[in-house]
Amino acid sequence: MTEQSPNGNGRTILEVKDLKKHFKVGRASIKAVDGISLSITKGETLGLVGESGCGKTTVGRVLVRLYEPSDGEVLFAGEDVHRTKGEDARSLTRKMQMIFQDPQASLNPRMIVSDIVAEGIDIHDLAASKEERLDRVHELLETVGLSKEHANRYPHEFSGGQRQRIGVARALAVEPEFIVADEPVSALDVSIQAQVINLMRQLQRDRDLTYLFISHDLSVVKYISDRVGVMYLGQLVELADSEELYANPLHPYTRALLSAVPVPDPDYESERERIVLAGDLPSPVNPPSGCRFRTRCPQVVEAAAHVDPPWREVKPGHWIEACPCFA
Amino acid sequence: MAAMHEGNILQVKDLRISFSTYAGEVEAVRGISFDLRRGETLAIVGESGSGKTVTAKSLMRLLPKANTLIKGGEAIFEGENLLKLSEQQMQKIRGSKIAMVFQDPMTSLDPTMRVGKQIVESLRKHLGLSGQRAKERAVELLTLVGIPNPEDRVRQYPHQFSGGMRQRVVIAIALACDPQILIADEPSTALDVTIQAQILELLRELQERLGMSVILITHDLGVVAHTAHRVAVMYAGKIVETGTLREIFYNPQMPYTWGLLSSISLPTADRSQDLIPIPGSPPDMSDPPKGCPFTARCPYAMRICAEDMPEYTTFSAEHKAACWLHHPMAPNIDPPARVGSAR
Repeated sequence: MTEQSPNGNGRTILEVKDLKKHFKVGRASIKAVDGISLSITKGETLGLVGESGCGKTTVGRVLVRLYEPSDGEVLFAGEDVHRTKGEDARSLTRKMQMIFQDPQASLNPRMIVSDIVAEGIDIHDLAASKEERLDRVHELLETVGLSKEHANRYPHEFSGGQRQRIGVARALAVEPEFIVADEPVSALDVSIQAQVINLMRQLQRDRDLTYLFISHDLSVVKYISDRVGVMYLGQLVELADSEELYANPLHPYTRALLSAVPVPDPDYESERERIVLAGDLPSPVNPPSGCRFRTRCPQVVEAAAHVDPPWREVKPGHWIEACPCFA
Repeated sequence: MAAMHEGNILQVKDLRISFSTYAGEVEAVRGISFDLRRGETLAIVGESGSGKTVTAKSLMRLLPKANTLIKGGEAIFEGENLLKLSEQQMQKIRGSKIAMVFQDPMTSLDPTMRVGKQIVESLRKHLGLSGQRAKERAVELLTLVGIPNPEDRVRQYPHQFSGGMRQRVVIAIALACDPQILIADEPSTALDVTIQAQILELLRELQERLGMSVILITHDLGVVAHTAHRVAVMYAGKIVETGTLREIFYNPQMPYTWGLLSSISLPTADRSQDLIPIPGSPPDMSDPPKGCPFTARCPYAMRICAEDMPEYTTFSAEHKAACWLHHPMAPNIDPPARVGSAR
């Protein structure tokens, strides 16, 4: 599978092969991620969207090794992320960082900002002296739009948007190549969201960063991503260049998801046709057989229950889970 | 699209609410006035901390008594000032004539009580229905809000419902006594987009069918565009602009509204251009600025802005905005390109 992206230079930095992550809960097991394959090229942003419970956060966490996968593998620059040990594993964690959704919960309230930001620098011995460490912290704070006066303060002294900037500074401190951003702006007010998104785009341009951008907000994802993958119940149902996906969605779930996004434009809202999906997400403990979307699909066909839909490239770079309902 | 109004059902005048905290007095709502008409949906939009939820809760008299200071103003409903009613009088109105739907359906339902009983509770209390009749009505209400198998569902507990279904139950409870006003505080924010679409569709349909007046409180301009007839934009405890839906989206007259509209990423937006964020963050309401509260973040701020709060300038029967840019002596400023033609 080789997907090209306009922004990336074509070199695959991360490859995910048939990744599965099942959580044991009592006797049952929650199939949070159930067979995902994708690759991310250097310098691009891959967006991952889906409703809560679809497994998008779990994918992100497995990639940066916060979870061990149940099956499948993740290759970062050719190296198996989950099999590396010792010094190799340490150097991998330096290259892959994460920005979390809730800037309040992801910053230790008892640490001052400079210690939060410098934690990675300390772990990876990136500063030779105290002065150098402090210089790096000041530089990072300025990079993310804060100032060095902020270094000695505690997280509670900042607003939500500022805290998220601290989270970004912490991720950047170890000079990563790849960042998983899990709903980085969802907890922020709209006027502040734009600040953080612009910052992330600027950093990507300056440092040739690669992002996996996880969000439930389809407008934000489209704006920041080169390619977008849509997840449903632990699987990818569609993956395409972001312009293509939004202009020409093929999978019925993607269509429903896009049509449900409220657009801040009254004329557009009054004209558009909404595909309102009936019912709720089925349980990931016992997902429907065959095509997982069939229980809510407006164009469901009989055969969907029996065939596991193949992952197919229908146009260059445009992949879908080819459910029998397309045929 | 202006609502079919035969007059106002609620009139709020110069409402001022503060909270006393250890850090001193926080001025959450600083003199706002608005009318709610019969059969319309009025959206109150603003960022967190702008005072929109405090306004809603004050109308329901749900603010904590211990530290809330109603500094002034009135809210006239059926000839009476809601802010001055006794708790006993208020109990007759709350949940019956004025009902409220909150953001998080899990915390507004009692987890230990069957759903049917929670609906029946208000029917028996407010309408004095008999047990049997109230049960039938509960089933009717669940049907009305689109819950399948209502006869079985009434016997279940909230944890047996999904998030979207729970919010439908909350709406059913709110509608139980045919309220004249429904206050919906971020009713779809905690839900996924596909479920959010269901709930917004439901609210709009119910509003039309039952002819209620709805106050919709939200930070999401997409939700506003989908649901509201009129819009009031709140910032730092003040209404800075108000008008019909189209006036606010296509002809906004004040830099904060411009900023709100141009900082959101539209699914139709051009990716090659940066978003235009509003710089900085909202002011500290324990020490609110003297003049226009948006001055510190406003790219067009003038010296007068920091000194005095501007009066409203009226642009049409519905449309007014508080901004010094409309003073005859102010320079002529065009709104940013993205505003006015949202697409």
